[in-house]
Amino acid sequence: MLKLEKRPQPSKAWTYAAPIVAVVITMLLGAILFWFMGKPPLGAIKTIFWDPVFGDFAFYYRPELIKKAAPLILIAIGLSFGFRAGIWNIGAEGQYIIGALAGAGVALAFYPMEARWLIFPLMIIAGILGGLVWAMIPALLKVFFKTNEILVSLMLVYVAQVLIIAWSSGLMRNPEGRGFPGSRNLNQYPSAANLDLIKDTGIHWGVIAAVAAVAAAYIVFSRHQFGFDVRLAGQSPRAARFAGVDPNKMVIVCMAISGGLAGMAGMFQVAGPSAQVLGSFPSNFGFTAIIVAFLGRLHPVGILLAGLLMALTYVGGDAAQSAMNLPAAAIQLFQGMLLFSILSVDVLTNYRVRLTQRKAD
Amino acid sequence: MRETLLELKGLTKAYPGVVANSDVSFTIGKGEIHALLGENGAGKSTLVKTIYGLVRPDSGTMTMTGAPYAPPEPRAARASGVAMVFQHFSLFDALNVAENIALGMENPPKMNDLAARISEVSEQYGLPLDPDRIVGDLSAGERQRVEIIRCLLQDPKLLIMDEPTSVLTPQEVEILFETLRLLSSEGTSILYISHKLEEIRNLCEHATILRLGKVVGTCDPRATSARDMAEMMVGSAILVPEKEVGEPGPILLELDKLSAPAPHEFGTALNNISVQVRAGEVFGIGGVAGNGQDELVAALSGEMLTAPGMIKLDGASIGHLQPNARRAIGVCAAPEERNGHAAAPDLSLTENALMTGNTRMELSRNGFLDWGKARKFAEKIITTFDVRTPGPENAARSLSGGNLQKFVIGREIMQDPTVFIVNQPTWGVDASAAAAIRQAILDLAASGAAIICISQDLDELMEVSDRFAALNEGRLSPPKLTVGLTIETIGMMLGGAHDMEVAHVEA
Repeated sequence: MLKLEKRPQPSKAWTYAAPIVAVVITMLLGAILFWFMGKPPLGAIKTIFWDPVFGDFAFYYRPELIKKAAPLILIAIGLSFGFRAGIWNIGAEGQYIIGALAGAGVALAFYPMEARWLIFPLMIIAGILGGLVWAMIPALLKVFFKTNEILVSLMLVYVAQVLIIAWSSGLMRNPEGRGFPGSRNLNQYPSAANLDLIKDTGIHWGVIAAVAAVAAAYIVFSRHQFGFDVRLAGQSPRAARFAGVDPNKMVIVCMAISGGLAGMAGMFQVAGPSAQVLGSFPSNFGFTAIIVAFLGRLHPVGILLAGLLMALTYVGGDAAQSAMNLPAAAIQLFQGMLLFSILSVDVLTNYRVRLTQRKAD
Repeated sequence: MRETLLELKGLTKAYPGVVANSDVSFTIGKGEIHALLGENGAGKSTLVKTIYGLVRPDSGTMTMTGAPYAPPEPRAARASGVAMVFQHFSLFDALNVAENIALGMENPPKMNDLAARISEVSEQYGLPLDPDRIVGDLSAGERQRVEIIRCLLQDPKLLIMDEPTSVLTPQEVEILFETLRLLSSEGTSILYISHKLEEIRNLCEHATILRLGKVVGTCDPRATSARDMAEMMVGSAILVPEKEVGEPGPILLELDKLSAPAPHEFGTALNNISVQVRAGEVFGIGGVAGNGQDELVAALSGEMLTAPGMIKLDGASIGHLQPNARRAIGVCAAPEERNGHAAAPDLSLTENALMTGNTRMELSRNGFLDWGKARKFAEKIITTFDVRTPGPENAARSLSGGNLQKFVIGREIMQDPTVFIVNQPTWGVDASAAAAIRQAILDLAASGAAIICISQDLDELMEVSDRFAALNEGRLSPPKLTVGLTIETIGMMLGGAHDMEVAHVEA
């Protein structure tokens, strides 16, 4: 009989091995899935995981990879603060959308003024504040009325989604757009555009921000009192209180960080790769970032790698869609399997599997 | 004389280093409500686990209605008609009452029949319970009813209840007692474990008192005062130390009519606690757990803030200060629960040392942590307090209870506090470690600190404290000097306070 036995302390080896094992398990399950769908399993795996980075068209896919990874990493870093402290912000998608609306709103308000030194920084600030304000709703409700932040933050995603659809064909619609929904194209407004800093590399300001966020989070978690408090609050709330950590302050600060970073990611996205406010702007980055955060063990460097891997499933998924006629849902399924695998393999960090003999009776 | 249901003869059970039960003999009559009384660690749990088939005795025998009884496992005990309601419930929140009960049965009947049976039994015994309710929505009292009804469905001959009232409101206690009396009148015997004396006087007709694993007395609780029972529980073996009273130091800590509402549903409100603790003094607080000990520690450590003027250090009010601000001025505390309160089990010892040591030991600068310094601090605690561990990088949960306790106490004492509050300093700690911890507390006092030591172990309090008071229902009895304190007086302070509790409930 198999039996799970708690380890006296978490296994270091499994902490690092678990994500890798999870990825391998997902690949195996994915291969089986593709095989059932009548596609060549190995070919599909290769199209998704290998070709975008090393294949013939890598020059096209690599910048795409970076552009997809940046918002995922930025949002996931923010989420990792809350998740480590046991505060479950599931609504990063909503904060991402509101950040985009706020950033784009600033740009559209100044249009057609030419002053990049003023407008672009203002957009970044507006994006951060937009996401932050959206995250403060569940945070303050939790602190003052003990509501569940999971539900409130999740519900606010739907509000944000409705809002962006309404505004893209109302408040923010391009007056010169012949009645089509969608705002002005921000890529064509030099003061607001978030384009590649070096042409065709995919590196825009959002990528820089994501890398900076990884570095900052690494320092905070490993060396700063705040990072320690976050971990303590997540591990034993009572011990944290005893150590002087105010649980309400922790909720506010962690929600602010995750909301702010999600909002910033939304702003960089709407001014860059997405180019305009449109009903189709939301692309579930805010939800996928939850998988990225856990796949990366809530560790900044892990999140960096996990973000790149998850971006690969997006880009590779697109490639597989066009090359092998795979349905888009198959890729989402694939990402879901990845989260399940990581959560299951995670058990081995704290538990070991023992073979026990069945009792005679 | 009642017919005998269960007879225990010479039960002995030893664990490495401690004899939990030693030559325990008594009988339980049919339909009798029999109290098993004793302090923490007196061996009550081991004894009932033996009866319930969870523990096998080293020697001794049990006889059930004349036939030898030696259950190898709880299933056999249940088959013989022994049922037990544990202190901690084992219920699934997401399932409803009937489903939970079915899970605990060997041959569950059909759901509809079972639900009908549950309604029937709950009505019969005055335990209102709807079989379709989800357990997650039930109060602690209602959850206990689920456990009791689960037992009653087996038609038990003997029902064991382990500290059943610790999670109940006074109204729920009344309902429970009515049920137990009804069961007893129908011929079911009840073995009732508690250390709440007034309850036992209310409910039980016979009591066996355990102390250090031995039966030290029996009595009829209805005809014995709470004070006398407390004395028996405490025993006459208390060694009151001949302590010299030195020149009293200046008053360091002053509690002035400290009152605070209960922080949560099952908490205890603090009620008008006034005491002054001087430099170099150990002030001992006795009493049964759950009478405000946790709340008092929280109020002193800063986890619970109190109104201005109620807690004063050197004459200045500190009730509004957060834990770290109190540490900064020299007030350190060690709460009772090691795992998850005084220490974070999954963090390393270095991180646990940093947890409370940061402020006084200056383990960080501008918010940036000095891990090297924190590690050195942890190592110093480990060597000074003889904590058995391979090194400070190990998780706190990898340590045994006694070793973690030494670490936690050591961590606070090494910070050289001016006021130190400790709750249950040697709970679950082996004898040699306990002696080391007590010595460290005395040494800290000798160096001029004011110490509040809260404990349920009266021997310990007599050994370390200069003055003594009992905490009951959030009230503190008037303090008395430990020197010259007689068993009678201690019994009166504990028992007397218990009489107060009843008056309080009725009021």
